[in-house]
Amino acid sequence: MKITVEEEKCCGAGQCVLIAPEVFDQRDDDGIVILLDAAPAEDQHEQVREAAAVCPAACIHLDDNA
Amino acid sequence: MTAVRSVLVVGASAAGLTTAEALRRKGFTGTLTLLGAERELPYDRPPLSKQVLSGAWEPERAQLRSTQALAALDAEFVLGDPAVGFDADSREVTTASGRTLTADAVVIATGVTARTLPDQRGVRGTHVVRNLEDAAALRADLLSARRVVVIGDGVLGAETAATARQMGLDVTLVGPQAAPMTEQLGPLVAGHLADLHLRNGVELRGGVLLDALHTQGGAVTGLRLSDGTELEADVVVTAVGCVPATDWLGNSGLNLDNGVVCDAHCRAAPGVWAVGDVARWHHQGLGRPVRLENRTNASEQGLVVAADILGNGKPYLPVPYFWTDQFDVKLQVHGIASPVAQAEVVEGDPVDGRFVVRLEGPLGPECVLGWNMPKQARVQRADLVDYYTRPRQPVTP
Repeated sequence: MKITVEEEKCCGAGQCVLIAPEVFDQRDDDGIVILLDAAPAEDQHEQVREAAAVCPAACIHLDDNA
Repeated sequence: MTAVRSVLVVGASAAGLTTAEALRRKGFTGTLTLLGAERELPYDRPPLSKQVLSGAWEPERAQLRSTQALAALDAEFVLGDPAVGFDADSREVTTASGRTLTADAVVIATGVTARTLPDQRGVRGTHVVRNLEDAAALRADLLSARRVVVIGDGVLGAETAATARQMGLDVTLVGPQAAPMTEQLGPLVAGHLADLHLRNGVELRGGVLLDALHTQGGAVTGLRLSDGTELEADVVVTAVGCVPATDWLGNSGLNLDNGVVCDAHCRAAPGVWAVGDVARWHHQGLGRPVRLENRTNASEQGLVVAADILGNGKPYLPVPYFWTDQFDVKLQVHGIASPVAQAEVVEGDPVDGRFVVRLEGPLGPECVLGWNMPKQARVQRADLVDYYTRPRQPVTP
């Protein structure tokens, strides 16, 4: 799995951090998403998929073939 | 329960799409149909009053998923064909074009429609902002306008006023409250929002309602407020709330009361669920029915409904959340601001333009608001989880 995020679409909700804190964080100054791990281990995949699904700005993209 | 082999989602916006995607992700291999009233592929609504209205984004950018991602969903999209009737017993949906659709499980995700004022119907220069077409029409008018009046001081009205002002227009924001968004933010933060609008040149008219629109040759020229004030306007935007899109459910047999009434699992009837803005479900943490009109709820509720359809459901117990971007401020609201809660700045400082406010109610903290502190607000949200997720008996007054 390969994750990409569109920073300019991110609204700073932090829902992704609540669901997958090992993969996502937020910048201190403006809350924009920080991708901690762009190719997380298998045991993180389910949380990452849920984070992408609930992202209210639809700015988390997953490539399962990578 | 027998296995569900087909799911029909009525409504192809954020809530409906999230439900459909979650079904597939959780292993559902049956027939999946999404029925949408609008012609467009599923798109996101929060940008309509901001990036799409300002022109920062082309409308296509608001599309929720790429064409490839939608194709991978292996669902049939029936778009541009509004549902006009439903029978909850047979789970049969009829559409405007005369189709009849049915499935083992039907998900109602038709959202809300913008309220309009009787005066504005057919009047050129008057607008609502609910769908992509509305935003495009408003943008076209704003480009040749000088003065705009926004009626309605909720989230949408305040955002629209801020965007129009940033496009260089003279903007007046009108509404019944002392400060914009007082209901959603509480008086302290709403006061800061009023200051923000004033600093940026928006004229605020609080504590008033629209009395009458003035028109000439079928186009709006201005309006009179309830306090007698006369305002000139080339464009008038009404953002006076929404009503659940349940017209088509009148003879369905479902319980309708400010939305589709659902149990704690968002079930409206056997084999029928509701999700998103249209759903009024029993929030066990709050001990009362709740209907939320916000973007995050659309997705979170979609996940819960998909799980329930597949037999792995649980009560839906969200900490409500919304955000708004106005001028240079990103505002985050976790929880629901009750009118009686006490506000306290718990981090940062309003003087620096960055702070977090906590609203304390009789049973503990109920709401956390971040003003240009999204991360810090999200961290403080942890204190609210107990309040919203611990099942409680209804409060007797």
